[in-house]
Amino acid sequence: MIVQQIFNGLALGMGYALIAVGYSLIFGILRLVNFSHGAIYAFGAEMAMIFIGMRFGITAGIVTAMILTGVLGICIDKLALEPLRKKKSKPIASLITTIGISNIITNLLIVFLGSEKRNFNNIFGDGSIKFGNTVLTHTQIMMCLVSLALMLILMFIVYKTKIGLAMRATQQNSKAAAMMGINVDFVIAFTFFLAGVCATIAGALVGGYYQIVYPNMGFMAGLKAFAAAVLGGIGSLPGALLGGLIVGVSESMAATFLGSTYRDAIAFIILIIVLIVKPNGLFGREGIKKV
Amino acid sequence: MKKEVMLKIEGIKKSFGGILALDGVSLELNEGEIVSIIGPNGAGKTTVFNILTGVYTLDEGSIIFKGEEIQNKAPIHIVKAGISRTFQNIRLFNDLRVIENVLIGAHLNTKYGFFSAIFRNGKFKEEEDREALRAIELLKAIGLDHRRDEYASNLPYGEQRKLEIARCLATGAKLILLDEPAAGMNPKESAELMEFIKKIRTMGYTVLMIEHDMSVVMNISDKIYVIDHGKPIANGLPEEIAVNEDVIKAYLGGVANA
Amino acid sequence: MNKDAKEGNLMYKFQKITYTYRIYLLLITLILFVILPFVFSNQYFLTIIIKIGVYVCLAMGLNILTGYTGLVSLGHAGFVAIGAYASSILVVRHGFNFFAASLVGMIVAGVIGMILGLPSLRVSGTYLSIITLGFGEIIKMTAMNFTALTNGTLGIKNIPKPGIFGFTLNVTNYGLYYMMLITVILISLFCYLLVKSKTGRALQAIKTDELAATMMGININYYKIIAFVVSAMICAFGGSLYSVLIGYIDPNTFNFDVSTLILSIVILGGMGTLRGMFVGAIILIAFPEVSRFLMEYRFVLYGIILVLMMRFRPQGILGYKSVLPYALSKSVKERVDKLEGNVL
Repeated sequence: MIVQQIFNGLALGMGYALIAVGYSLIFGILRLVNFSHGAIYAFGAEMAMIFIGMRFGITAGIVTAMILTGVLGICIDKLALEPLRKKKSKPIASLITTIGISNIITNLLIVFLGSEKRNFNNIFGDGSIKFGNTVLTHTQIMMCLVSLALMLILMFIVYKTKIGLAMRATQQNSKAAAMMGINVDFVIAFTFFLAGVCATIAGALVGGYYQIVYPNMGFMAGLKAFAAAVLGGIGSLPGALLGGLIVGVSESMAATFLGSTYRDAIAFIILIIVLIVKPNGLFGREGIKKV
Repeated sequence: MKKEVMLKIEGIKKSFGGILALDGVSLELNEGEIVSIIGPNGAGKTTVFNILTGVYTLDEGSIIFKGEEIQNKAPIHIVKAGISRTFQNIRLFNDLRVIENVLIGAHLNTKYGFFSAIFRNGKFKEEEDREALRAIELLKAIGLDHRRDEYASNLPYGEQRKLEIARCLATGAKLILLDEPAAGMNPKESAELMEFIKKIRTMGYTVLMIEHDMSVVMNISDKIYVIDHGKPIANGLPEEIAVNEDVIKAYLGGVANA
Repeated sequence: MNKDAKEGNLMYKFQKITYTYRIYLLLITLILFVILPFVFSNQYFLTIIIKIGVYVCLAMGLNILTGYTGLVSLGHAGFVAIGAYASSILVVRHGFNFFAASLVGMIVAGVIGMILGLPSLRVSGTYLSIITLGFGEIIKMTAMNFTALTNGTLGIKNIPKPGIFGFTLNVTNYGLYYMMLITVILISLFCYLLVKSKTGRALQAIKTDELAATMMGININYYKIIAFVVSAMICAFGGSLYSVLIGYIDPNTFNFDVSTLILSIVILGGMGTLRGMFVGAIILIAFPEVSRFLMEYRFVLYGIILVLMMRFRPQGILGYKSVLPYALSKSVKERVDKLEGNVL
């Protein structure tokens, strides 16, 4: 029973980790909590469903949705956030802007697609593998594999490629990076693109897992993923993975032992405790207050 | 006349993540003096201020202010004890008026509670009126009264510095810490600032300042402390420091051939 | 004369005139609002006006925290819920008088506000906003799951209209309208008095620069908690008022959208101003009622308002700074004049 719940939690946690990565990447570069990320995730899931439904086939459908969602991320940055950076607005201005964008995306989805929950086809079939009492569905296994593969690709991009080096440089000091000839605006746009792509994959996986998709799905999932990112140490990729797994497992534990009504509350409790006790998270670095 | 020791810092040490930022700095300050701390960039001067005002805690050493140990106390207690400071990069309340900035400085002296404010009772009127009047007197004394109703962010640079100092004076502190008051000023402005600091002294305040502008430091300091890499390397009268070999070495890097 | 200076001049004239005749202007506005129900006695219209009044109160509450102290709350619907639930439960199940019940609601919200304020002593900026968001969601989940107290997702129905001395206040006899009017006046007055005091200055100092405020001897922890408590209590009363106006509450009445709506009002009107709350509430509450189209797109509209305001006018529509001299009390003015007389 417990083992089963742990596995369920791990599979779910992988999905959270993929969303959490988006928060981490953007926070790392802009020091901004991108509130619209939950909405981007919902957008990605909806698009994946629409394109798969349009006989694109699963792979082509998801890839199209990924690109579209990535472009949406770039648009958000170019239209709303970059002007604020150029104006050197206060950080709160960017935060409120992303809340506004989240509202716009979610409610446009509701207006055009309706707010009801729609069936999302199980993309990996209904099969399952049994280990004693523990049942692992193909979906769960594929969720873990796809997520892990994606995390590895992301780490490769961030730590081994030229654009990754530029991302890390921008993260450390964007002014200095710009002086070294790095096109900071491009790096930021690329980061938004990556975040959108990850969110879409997460959307397709989690949507497939629960077999439903709806415009408001990003709100809760986004908050839980944010909790995961903070828990792991926002800005850190391994942190996002670990945080996602912890949130996923504790959620499925809470659902079993405390009752399903508490499953959503557990992420908030984790979040609040982490923010108060260790705001830098498990992998975050301690900062010295500058005067 | 024997002056009274106001502030005595003894052997303070502070490290950040294994790097020793301050290594046994000591300092003594008498009432009514103007004392300067100088040293190359990154020597740890501002760290001394931060420890003194309770922003950082110290690892070792003691700070005695008016016969009372104040090391590691919270900033608010330090202000109450009578030490107030300015910042290297001016930190005014930009969206508030000049007089409001001074009134915020007078926060501790404005003694009425939450409910007095809501019911606007006699106590409220008495305290607010007294502090408003004192603020205006203070602004007049330092020549900033013509700016009373302006917003702090609209003041020219030199006057922002002055306002920051006025805000300190309004706290009722008797020891004023100035962190690079002449930074970014042209020679004329820093000459004015010098007069201004002297004037503050005549108003009964004691000044401890960090400054790079040697013309200011040499002209108005009663005593100078020099630190480098967190270590004290010299202290004495301005004329002694001007010819001190260690100081010249620290500033110019090479070997002094004096 | 360049454009800026001319505009400044116009602004000066406008402010000068409104300030000089402020007593008359306030009186005229007050009279207009007192006779309003007799002129437009349409129920639907009055209900919207009362709703605007309720949101003015909520915005004033959030404004203390976000506008003046600079702590952005994304969970203020939680406090509205606490006020609404506490007063409704006491009125419906325990036969409390509405005013006593809403007072209890305010006290409960104040205590919870104090608890929510505690993290603000350690955490700041975005992190604090997220904690408040979590708080709002936890309140909502509690309302959903603590069925014995809150009746779960079914909510509380048939909340009676408040009565005073045996007289029932409802929309038809204008009682509810006047109660709203008096509440708005009292809360505005309270906020005004609070802001124009040592406390208000301390809050604004904390908003601009916490460290500098600390160095001025301001106990920032104490004032942040004060801001949270006051803000929570005002919003709780707004919640009680809301519950009797609508007559029905359930957990979804107080979701994240409500928190963003209150925040949008504060931002649109002008953070850290009182006048802005009225304008913000009128625009955001009244406009969607005007047309079906706007109703459907209202949340999209709120989002667009947030984005555009941050980009083009972050200080809000009425977020201008006063260009008039700082108001000194009469006795101070006389003494300053005397002082200047002596100097000359």
